[in-house]
Amino acid sequence: MASFAEYIAQNEERDGVRFSWNVWPSSRLEATRMVVPIAALFTPLKERPDLPPIQYEPVLCSRATCRAVLNPLCQVDYRAKLWACNFCYQRNQFPPSYAGISEVNQPAELLPQFSTIEYVVQRGPPMPLLFLYVVDTCIEDDDLQALKESLQMSLSLLPPAALVGLITFGRMVQVHELGCEGISKSYVFRGTKDLNAKQLQEMLGLTKPAATQGRAPQTQQPLCNRFLQPVQKVDMNLTDLLGELQRDPWPVTQGKRPLRSLGVALSIAVGLLECTFPNTGARIMTFIGGPATQGPGMVVGDELKTPIRSWHDIEKDGAKFLKKATKHYESLASRAAANGHIIDIYACALDQTGLLEMKCCPNHTGSMGTLLVYSFHTPYKTTLTRLYLKLSVFFVNIFGLNSFSPQTSREVKVSGAIGPCVSLNAKGPCVSENEIGTGGTSQWKVCGFDPSTTLALYFEVVNQHNAPIPQGGRGAIQFVTQYQHSSGQRRIRVTTTARNWADAQSQIQSIAASFDQEAAAILMARLAVYRAETEEGPDVLRWLDRQLIRLVRHSTIYCPYCPLAAHLCSACFSLCSYWLFTFMFHLRRSPFLQVFNNSPDESSFYRHHFNRQDLTQALIMVQPVLYAYSFNGPPEPVLLDSSSILPDRILLMDTFFQILIYHGETVAQWRKAKYHEMPEYENFKHLLQAPVDDAQELLHTRFPMPRYIDTEHGGSQARFLLSKVNPSQTHNNMYTWGQESGAPILTDDVSLQVFMDHLKKLAVSSAA
Amino acid sequence: MSQQGYVAAPPYSQAQPGMGGYQAGYGPPGATQPHYGHYGGPTQPFNAPPTASMMKSPPAGMPPTPVSSQYSQNVQQNGGHRYPAPPAASAAYGQPPQSSYNSMSPQSPPTTQQITNQMGAMSIGNYAPGPQAPVNSVAQQHHQRPAPAMGQPQMHPGPQSPPMSPQMSSTQFPPANMPMTAPPMAGSPLSPPPMAGSPMGAPPMGAPPMAGSPMGANPMGAPPMAGPPMGGMGGPFPGSPPPGVGGFQQAGPGPQGFPQQPGQFGGPMAGPQPGMPGGFPSGPSQLAGPPQKKLDPDSIPSPTQVIEDDQVRRGGQIYATNLRGQVPPLVTTQFTVQDQGNASPRFMRCTTYSLPCTADLAKQCQVPLASIIKPLARLPKNETPLYVVNHGETGPIRCNRCKAYICPFMHFTEGGRRFQCAFCNCVNEVPVFYFQHLDHMGRRVDFYERPELSLGSYEFEATLDYCKNNKPPNPPAFIFMIDVSYNNVKSGLVKMICNELKTLLEKLPKEEGSESSVIKVGFVTYNKVLHFYNVKSALAQPQMMVVSDIAEMFVPLLDGFLVNYQDSKAVIYNLLDQIPDMFANSNESETVFAPVIQAGLEALKAAECSGKLFIFQSAMPTAEAPGKLKNRDDKKLIGTDKEKTLFQPQKSVYEQLAKDCVANGCSVDLFLFPSQYVDLTTMASVPSHTGGSVYKYNNFQVETDGEHFLRDLRKDVQKPIGFDAVMRVRTSTGFRATDFFGAIHMNNTTDVEMAAVDCDKAITVEFKHDDSLGEDTGALIQCALLYTTLSGHRRLRIHNLSLNCSSQLSDLYKSCETDSLINFFAKSAYRAILNQPIKNVREILVNQTAHMLACYRKNCASPSAASQLILPDTMKVFPVYMNSLMKSSPLVGSTELPTDDRAHQRLSLLAMGVEETQLLLYPRLIPLHNMDPSSDVLPAPVRCSEERLSDSGLFLLENGHSMFLWLGQGSSPDLIQGLFNLPSLAHLQPDIAALPELDNPLSKKIRSIVSDLLEKRFNSMKLHIVRQKDKPEILFRQFLVEDKSVHGGASYMDFLCFVHREIRQLLT
Repeated sequence: MASFAEYIAQNEERDGVRFSWNVWPSSRLEATRMVVPIAALFTPLKERPDLPPIQYEPVLCSRATCRAVLNPLCQVDYRAKLWACNFCYQRNQFPPSYAGISEVNQPAELLPQFSTIEYVVQRGPPMPLLFLYVVDTCIEDDDLQALKESLQMSLSLLPPAALVGLITFGRMVQVHELGCEGISKSYVFRGTKDLNAKQLQEMLGLTKPAATQGRAPQTQQPLCNRFLQPVQKVDMNLTDLLGELQRDPWPVTQGKRPLRSLGVALSIAVGLLECTFPNTGARIMTFIGGPATQGPGMVVGDELKTPIRSWHDIEKDGAKFLKKATKHYESLASRAAANGHIIDIYACALDQTGLLEMKCCPNHTGSMGTLLVYSFHTPYKTTLTRLYLKLSVFFVNIFGLNSFSPQTSREVKVSGAIGPCVSLNAKGPCVSENEIGTGGTSQWKVCGFDPSTTLALYFEVVNQHNAPIPQGGRGAIQFVTQYQHSSGQRRIRVTTTARNWADAQSQIQSIAASFDQEAAAILMARLAVYRAETEEGPDVLRWLDRQLIRLVRHSTIYCPYCPLAAHLCSACFSLCSYWLFTFMFHLRRSPFLQVFNNSPDESSFYRHHFNRQDLTQALIMVQPVLYAYSFNGPPEPVLLDSSSILPDRILLMDTFFQILIYHGETVAQWRKAKYHEMPEYENFKHLLQAPVDDAQELLHTRFPMPRYIDTEHGGSQARFLLSKVNPSQTHNNMYTWGQESGAPILTDDVSLQVFMDHLKKLAVSSAA
Repeated sequence: MSQQGYVAAPPYSQAQPGMGGYQAGYGPPGATQPHYGHYGGPTQPFNAPPTASMMKSPPAGMPPTPVSSQYSQNVQQNGGHRYPAPPAASAAYGQPPQSSYNSMSPQSPPTTQQITNQMGAMSIGNYAPGPQAPVNSVAQQHHQRPAPAMGQPQMHPGPQSPPMSPQMSSTQFPPANMPMTAPPMAGSPLSPPPMAGSPMGAPPMGAPPMAGSPMGANPMGAPPMAGPPMGGMGGPFPGSPPPGVGGFQQAGPGPQGFPQQPGQFGGPMAGPQPGMPGGFPSGPSQLAGPPQKKLDPDSIPSPTQVIEDDQVRRGGQIYATNLRGQVPPLVTTQFTVQDQGNASPRFMRCTTYSLPCTADLAKQCQVPLASIIKPLARLPKNETPLYVVNHGETGPIRCNRCKAYICPFMHFTEGGRRFQCAFCNCVNEVPVFYFQHLDHMGRRVDFYERPELSLGSYEFEATLDYCKNNKPPNPPAFIFMIDVSYNNVKSGLVKMICNELKTLLEKLPKEEGSESSVIKVGFVTYNKVLHFYNVKSALAQPQMMVVSDIAEMFVPLLDGFLVNYQDSKAVIYNLLDQIPDMFANSNESETVFAPVIQAGLEALKAAECSGKLFIFQSAMPTAEAPGKLKNRDDKKLIGTDKEKTLFQPQKSVYEQLAKDCVANGCSVDLFLFPSQYVDLTTMASVPSHTGGSVYKYNNFQVETDGEHFLRDLRKDVQKPIGFDAVMRVRTSTGFRATDFFGAIHMNNTTDVEMAAVDCDKAITVEFKHDDSLGEDTGALIQCALLYTTLSGHRRLRIHNLSLNCSSQLSDLYKSCETDSLINFFAKSAYRAILNQPIKNVREILVNQTAHMLACYRKNCASPSAASQLILPDTMKVFPVYMNSLMKSSPLVGSTELPTDDRAHQRLSLLAMGVEETQLLLYPRLIPLHNMDPSSDVLPAPVRCSEERLSDSGLFLLENGHSMFLWLGQGSSPDLIQGLFNLPSLAHLQPDIAALPELDNPLSKKIRSIVSDLLEKRFNSMKLHIVRQKDKPEILFRQFLVEDKSVHGGASYMDFLCFVHREIRQLLT
């Protein structure tokens, strides 16, 4: 079955789906014994330039509880003009418009190559795109200037018809009215008082009876109001407005943090959109330069002497604002999510900004934009400019609101999803009782999609052992994604996919062969991260270890060489999942599960991105890629191991969040001696330049933009590299391994080898 | 404290050991003794003491009297006084004129019964009810005659009198009226009374003086009155009694009576006269109370005359403040002050310049002891501005114990090393840097070089200790807060204000000598929400910031809200141009108010400066917000015990706001443009506690009221003003300041806090005895005002004043100042109506008036007939003012007067100085028809009575708040032509707002008179042009304070009679 790899790749290519198992055990019992559940990584809006949208609406199964969409797997009776739903077996009449249907004249949705198909919904007016900037003004002048310029520039990158709005905040929150002549107007709110949508509406004068405002009835232009106007119309105005933005003028006394009313600002932003554009795709783009220090949602007091909470504080229950703030942001997130609005948070600060508390905002609304920038590492301005260049790419493809719902065959039910989504609480026959992640529903809402947004969906086989599935039966899953396209159209993308059933007893080999360890690794990782978010750290690790042990044990079942499972042969170990265990080793050490050395904000940031990126990126995050550049040959990927750190190499490490160039000891000395500036050492110059060029390429394509680190042997920043590699050599064992290679890592962490040994031992020992 | 609302305060409330009844007294202001009720304890004592005192008085108070007639007294008194001049004069005066009166009221005192009878009769007949005007009028005539002019003739006691009386009776008596059948009575009874007085052998005495001097010298002696009238008068009263005459001692010798009278006058007069070389007919002051038939109004004391006389006597002179207890000229008199150790009367005026030595005395006379302090009063150009003294880092030198500031009263000892505080007698070390040797007189050698040692008023530079938070203050700010609701926009007001501000802001007040004003300005507009404007000079265009969270107001910006006008001129111009357009289409008619003040307050707080808000509000705040008001104007309450609630603010929001404002030095000036009831009481509660003013323009129309409003605005903005002020009044031992009236706030009993105090704001301070005062040491008052100047400097302004103390009530009465008294009474009455029914307040006023006068009569005047009304010279016009006060709208329970207007007057009066109250209570009525357009002299005002008007006349009336040009029906067409360029009066449009500018002498002259007045007064006045017999004339008539009021107030004459009756009652 060498073709499995191809099959997987093809499926991913066409449908954006990767299952952990590509052949499914046909009974519930078998499925549970396999440790890794049947699950899928699904990228709903995978870019499919080759996929022309169909200009009509999908045909739905008439059964109320099913409503599946007509797809290539359905059986069609061309003569009777009937089709049988492949999920519920209901026979449905084709609608009148399908009168001309025949074997030779099939609609696109019946063609096998259109297992993924996109419909355009014609009803309703096109929806505008909305961008509401929420800008912190408690920023250093330089940064503010840079931010202003970036924002001004961003206006030109927005689609001209998009509506924009501006809210600024510092001690107060200002909602700017756009398009005013002669005078710039803004509504100002106290930064300490939360307002509900109704109050806000009244205070902004957005109440229905326009008469009270003394304006002519505004009804003719419901699509914009004083605060949100088309870019093309207010471009100049907004540019001026941004230009005049002042740093928050309220004095900040010595030893205090500026008062920053982020909580209220966000609340107002959410409220404003909520009452003006419910259920329309909108982004609230929040730019902050520090933590909220007052009002609801404050994460730290304004006394500089009390530092912002750390993991340590949180564990000791010493973060007094944590709960309240989290609650505040959670409620905002759910309001925003309910209306399909996205909250992006772009934080630029040296210290934490409260992402931990706010994480649910981006997490629940499908933001792709949580961002941590340290302004002193890369000038903020360039960073933001990059950001916008990035955004400009995405804007075209960014999709607003959507509900996303899988349909399943009777034999499988859906347990839950992990990703930037919220439950819509749609109960249905296909909902499993076992919840994994966000479960208990067959529909989720993901407010913001981008082409790489990937959800992990977990399924459960419910077929009983004694009710075998007929040979050749296939389990089908249909994903229906409705979304608002950047053009303003509403679209529905339907992906229907099916996998073969197999009897675990008789066809164990084929099931084993269909194991997609990469997908499985990520799916397990997501599960672990999800647990880490909700549970205590050590428990998660323990759980993960247990799963691993079970997996190892289970994998021996498939190993032809170890029938007795009395011991593990290295062969089967490596065959089945050597890669997987390495991955797990790194996962255990990754910031997604380890909070040591990371601030709560950083953890939130990492997890956020881990939960939404597609498989490839996720793999990099857990197990960074390491390339070696040397005079010995072309750049080559090397093991993520301390043994790879050699003096005459330049290493390029990509951890997704960081791009690090590490110059080995010798190389660093050469560089210091400025050999690369001498014409005769041009090759050295090239060598130096090569990783930089590669890094730049990565930097340009990746979003969020990674942090770029250029360091060398002994440099302080080298720690990023050292903390990632497998510490095969440490100060404890450095002499037992070959002296000539690698650099010892000063750590007490176990190395991969030790980890594996232990794992093997445990797996073999009796019960775990 | 609250109890003190009542008017009577001073005398009674004085600490009286014996008065256990004090509280009790207050308590039971019950029905039975309404009058006394207020006085509380006093009342009861009242009866008793009086009697007691009566008995004693002769011996104690007026030892001399008994013996011989007043005459002798005169002499004594004169002698006693320091005033050198008088004696001669006094003699001259001879009480002649009055004699007549006296005659009427024989020495009734003793004969209680009879008198009472008489009284009874009288009251029935005349006084009691207002309506019986005629009767009253009768009574009155006796009172004085007008001025000097009349002098001569009449007096002659014997002979003349008889004839007179007949005349009187015949002419004036409306026979019908009185039951008394006055005439006959008059004749006979009269004569007797005199007797009474005379018994002492007065006759002889009296005669001479009378005859000789009187006539000539005293105009007063209102000729006619004199002899005869008395007769007449007496008649009526005694009317009934006559028969009983016998009882009256008077019965006897008619002639005698006369003489006495003179004597009496002489006595009382004498005192006062000393001051008045002019030979003022002091005499006149004493009036015969008895009602008479149609009396000659000229015979009762005339304020205009008094004013004129004082102007003649003391006008244009230099008044040096070097003497203790010196009585200054009247407020109406033009004079120049030279500070020689006591504060100028422009800063401080007292109700009396000679305090009674003991609390008992004070209680006995019931003359309130108070001082009206206008700490930042404007000084005329020819007077030296205050010096600023800097004592360096340690701050001004003060007494260690009582903290009094160094002043001319401090006594240096031990060669200059120590000084003894004049206030608490504590001996303090003189700091080394301040040491100076003493000269042979015991004065410091640098006496004349140091203002704080030689002057009554000066300023200290305050050190950081005197600043809020120990930081030097920032320059103050003015915030203009414009209501842009529908009404104001529609009326064009918004546009008008914006236009005006452009020029007005160029003229922000500045410190003397500084180049430009450092005051910052800020702008807010509002309706249901507030709009703040960022007008930072760096901006290309202004920024507007809307705050709609009116429940919890805050200031949305810091930088750029309060700016220097000169720096941000361009942006401000831009803004002011835009505001009217921005709201041109607004339909919003609801407004908020409390949040507006709150906003201003927060802005000042944020900027850490003090300042003033100018709020231009159109209507009652009805929008849902803190401080929302409801219409609670209920005419049914008027006249009931609940009427007071109309004057009590509605919401505590405003109280708290006022407190906060004061604490932060935020003063509020409110300009109201209502078209209906706005609950001014509540809306003005913040301004009236923060040293602000309230201006009100009913049914504002740009065309007719625009100029008027702008004048007010200009005056208001340009006024010299001090911010964030605390005033403390310290006194020497024996008495202390107990109560304060004004646009102030008090957190404790001693510190008067004012968010701002401008040059027109006065604080009235009442004093009471702690202990007895020494005649030698006198009484000292030091008023210290700590404030922030216009340029943001912290200063201490000190005013010192020394008063005499005397154990003679006569001294006190001689040193009284009617204008100050009435200021005090007005303020205390206006405050009292918050706590008690208006009826009670009015009764208290009358009672106290009566009591003060009765006390004088009993203790200072020579014995005379009870039917005689004798007024101290210094108080002779007191009744007319008092009457006017009682007729003022807050004290009149008429449903026709808008509640807002009443409240407005009530509140504005509380902050007024003496000059203003005087003018308000006795408007100037200036005849313009006879004047010579080419002359520079303003025609002399005439008395405010309808009788002074003439059909063909043209009169200008003004009281500092309103101004009327009254046109008689018979005005000559020339006049009309000249003034209005109209053929006849009939062509005149009813509501023209100003006189047309015509090029003829008459028009020019009148316009210049009007504009001079507008210039001179504290407020702008709207000129109403009224034709005789037109409807609006009713309005005008309200200001003729000597007449019966449309809304039910007695005429001057009636009031006088009434008071007299009360006095007589007290004396029995």
